[in-house]
Amino acid sequence: MSDTEFEGIVATPWSGGAAPFGINSKKLGMWLFIVSDTLTFSALLVSYAYVRLATPDWPRPFEIWPAIAKSSFMTFVLLSSSLTMVLAVAAAHRHNVKKAVRYLILTMICGAAFVLIHATEWVTLFHEGVTPWSNPWGVPLFGGTFFGLTGLHMLHVTIGVVYLGIICAGYSKGKWTADHVEVSGLYWHFVDLVWMFIFPLVYLLSVNPK
Amino acid sequence: MTGASNSMTEPAYMGTEAVDDHQVGSAKLFAWIWAWLLLLTALEVFLAYERVEVHIMITILLGLSLIKSALIMSYFMHLRFERLGLFLILVPAMVFCICMMLIMFYPDSIRLMDMRPH
Repeated sequence: MSDTEFEGIVATPWSGGAAPFGINSKKLGMWLFIVSDTLTFSALLVSYAYVRLATPDWPRPFEIWPAIAKSSFMTFVLLSSSLTMVLAVAAAHRHNVKKAVRYLILTMICGAAFVLIHATEWVTLFHEGVTPWSNPWGVPLFGGTFFGLTGLHMLHVTIGVVYLGIICAGYSKGKWTADHVEVSGLYWHFVDLVWMFIFPLVYLLSVNPK
Repeated sequence: MTGASNSMTEPAYMGTEAVDDHQVGSAKLFAWIWAWLLLLTALEVFLAYERVEVHIMITILLGLSLIKSALIMSYFMHLRFERLGLFLILVPAMVFCICMMLIMFYPDSIRLMDMRPH
């Protein structure tokens, strides 16, 4: 094959041997996973909305303290962790390993703080008699939807913190590159994105009206 | 291929810089987005304590959440600076599936609500 023919093939992204979406396969794979996980959470949220709409006496038990204050602070912590994550990715792209590792650790700390505060909130609810299958307000699905939604999200955050830890360790040793950091960043922002929907629909819509 | 990026030079977007042909946002841009996200969240919490009718409340909350997710996806997840093809292959199908879920379920839940003895 002559040089000019080869150049012709490489020139168009769909002719093979190139990346049509302009990104590496790790990143595309993570994006496709994010789309599927978004649909999982959407299904849970839509079914929560369905049962809530169909139930006239849905409990609205959340007071400013501890529920709304804690969950608002958790939202702030998670949003800030997204900021530190994106700064870590930017630092990694600029080949500043130390700075990237520092921001990655900050992100992990914020994520761990989120899970810890959330766990204390769960314990408070258990003490009030709210479990996934019963509560003192007579609508068992309240606990089912609440713990199902927040529990699945908390699991994602926990997995994310572990994932970030692995990436941070490998990246600081030079085993992985900035691309790996960026892909883990995509997952982390997805986790934050899901919380952007869970927080208003689960907490803010169940604020105690008194 | 690792580290793949556009071989063509892309136009510079405001608040970004080219690092190895890869548009990286500036810290100022990210901080600005973060500030907006916090502001919109504070607005939501404030609204939760105003006596707003429930349909309007849900609309506003969902609208604000959509704006926040658009901000996160475009800037933090970098979708704004990726190729248009990537955005098209991911987002429209996702939106379509979510709309299908809503169309299938919402009318039925409202029907159940209306069927209850008043």
